[in-house]
Amino acid sequence: MLPRDLKPEDFRLYPPVARRLVVENITAIRRLPLSFLPNLLREIIEYDYKFPAERTAITKELAKLGADSDAEVEDLLREFSKIRLSPQLESFDWVNSPGQFVERLSDHLWTTHQLDEFRIAATKYGDHLTALVDAEPLPIPRLGVSVVGRDVGSFDGPLFRKLRPHGTFFNRINPENGLNLLLEAVAARARRHPIPYAHWYIDGGEPANHDSILTGISYAALEPIRAALIAKIHTEIERPGMGPEALRSIMAQLRPSTLGMAGDDEIMQRFQLKLLTEASGTQIFSTTYAQWAAREALKRAQPLTLLVRFAPRQRQKAMNELLTVKPEQPELDELGSLIDADMSAYYNWLNQQRLPGAEKSCFLAWFEGHPSVLAIGPSIPRGTESGTEADLEKLLNWLV
Amino acid sequence: MVVTFGGGARDQETFAPEGHENIPNIMREMLPRASFFTQVVNRGILGHYVATASLVTGVYETFNNFAAVPPGNPTVFEYYRKDLKRPSSDAWVVAPSNGFNRIGESNHRSYGEGMGARVILPKYLLKAAMSGSGSDYGHLLRDNYENPYSTPDLGNREFELQQLEMILKLSADDFRAHARTLSSPDELSLYIFRQLIRQVAPSFLWITMHDIDIAHAGAYSLYLEGIRRTDRLCAELYKLLEDEPEYSGKTTLLVLPDFGRDADQDAGGNGFQHHRTGDAAARTTWLMAIGPHIREGVVYDHPVESIDLVPTLGAMLGFSPSLARGKPISELV
Repeated sequence: MLPRDLKPEDFRLYPPVARRLVVENITAIRRLPLSFLPNLLREIIEYDYKFPAERTAITKELAKLGADSDAEVEDLLREFSKIRLSPQLESFDWVNSPGQFVERLSDHLWTTHQLDEFRIAATKYGDHLTALVDAEPLPIPRLGVSVVGRDVGSFDGPLFRKLRPHGTFFNRINPENGLNLLLEAVAARARRHPIPYAHWYIDGGEPANHDSILTGISYAALEPIRAALIAKIHTEIERPGMGPEALRSIMAQLRPSTLGMAGDDEIMQRFQLKLLTEASGTQIFSTTYAQWAAREALKRAQPLTLLVRFAPRQRQKAMNELLTVKPEQPELDELGSLIDADMSAYYNWLNQQRLPGAEKSCFLAWFEGHPSVLAIGPSIPRGTESGTEADLEKLLNWLV
Repeated sequence: MVVTFGGGARDQETFAPEGHENIPNIMREMLPRASFFTQVVNRGILGHYVATASLVTGVYETFNNFAAVPPGNPTVFEYYRKDLKRPSSDAWVVAPSNGFNRIGESNHRSYGEGMGARVILPKYLLKAAMSGSGSDYGHLLRDNYENPYSTPDLGNREFELQQLEMILKLSADDFRAHARTLSSPDELSLYIFRQLIRQVAPSFLWITMHDIDIAHAGAYSLYLEGIRRTDRLCAELYKLLEDEPEYSGKTTLLVLPDFGRDADQDAGGNGFQHHRTGDAAARTTWLMAIGPHIREGVVYDHPVESIDLVPTLGAMLGFSPSLARGKPISELV
């Protein structure tokens, strides 16, 4: 089937809000090329479980596509229309399984050497979308905070090397009560601007006490879910004929209740489930979990405030240990985790800067328990070092 | 000798100025004696097995990276053996995972079965040697870091043990004991490499390193650790060749990553973790060549392609890779 043949009843398996949305916009959807449409449907089919920012973006995107003339849509998606698809892709059930279609499309693009053309098409369309979203001013500038190096006594190497060119490195900040000051500051922002899913606290270990107004997730809280997931994976891979692709499909079909997730907020449950089922390494390394969770939160919920605290991950065992030592409680790698988190802080900043309002956004990275802080913001000099004495609260006030 | 510095290392963690601290041994011991190419572009599929298959065929292969299939085009080993009438003992591959077990020869009708390189899979040898020992070594057999739960079973433990004893002159006990002193699968590969050159002394040997691909787990420190270990192992391998009379002064060594990894700035990826975007950082890498007929201390900035490797080897060794699509790198032949 091709997009032009779509009928409202083709979407009967979609969740209710998504179905209504797609049916309301079916005229616009029919005009879209098949190399493009399943990417959009992959988002729409999850609409019922999307964050407000995602819903707004999808609604705007569909409204824009609906308002454009045939010629404008054709011009916008011309590069997508040039992508050559296989008959197998055209006959795939891309309406009900758009995610799987996109995976197959990706394989097809690699195999037929059309990936570069697709990238050009996607970049052009992405720029167009960004222009749409940019029209909305933010109520306050975005603030990102990355807390790295929990439990590291001392570190002689250079920290925040990739961030330093973009801000000021403060080397005499009073670390006392630092985490509480930061958590209180982000909670105060949330109280002043109580927008759903706009203020987050992600912890790579046990979460510290924090105001429940924050959207909070942690690696420690997911422990039973991770255990259930790993058990499920081990069961599945024992089945005859199980391969990577089949396993991926099974992971994609998992629902929060399957792994024992409970609660009223299905949006957050699904978000957390995807952190474990769609990512690599989040199931085993807390630093990877914290970085990926921050990436996905920024990309999807577009929070105004995001505090990420990294915790020590388990140590990767060397081959000789695996051959001789019995499995036991995993040891932690504090120093390796600091290096992971240092790079992750840079990625957190990069991902924050991809969002609207980047020119006014602020960012702070702190070596927990130590006087080293890197601050980035419109009022902060770039590429400099400062010996100014202050505590984290005062520094945040300067920053934002 | 061909070494793939892998799987997947970016310039910024290796030969870009900020990466030099991760490859001190190569910088100090090897680079001054090498011709170095700063832009090796891989225009093919960026999965480790299919990309390595493209390197060994000189054609961008397009099969499923995770399928246990041979390359569709003749491998460099088949050209080498057929044109130069070399025995099967003269071309070997030491490969990191079970998924590479078909890398030695193609299914091309003019070449194919029995005409390629012999392939040793150190992890599989280890599995055979450790069988029944009760040790927790399952993690070691993880076939690749992209699909960490896939470990195809090749069967035939007896054959692997025979390989150990007949070819490498190692008892399972000695092999096990030595394995317990090593810290990574690539160290095991180097150990096998050492045994091969001492016991078999092949003229053509290809070793594929893979520790770096731990990057898929998303821990930057482990990725850097993998690069530093690979740097050390490359220098050890180079010294080994220099110290062995059979190889010293008459061996050409080519070292290159199979490809890079995604750029930090590409929103479609997640930086060093994967190689999925096909951006320039993931496609562009480097090549280092050292040998008696190679100019020393020269850097070439013009682009070459990863599929140029096979035609270059053909021109160096005197065989004709007629179906390869790349072209010889003129500065090396």
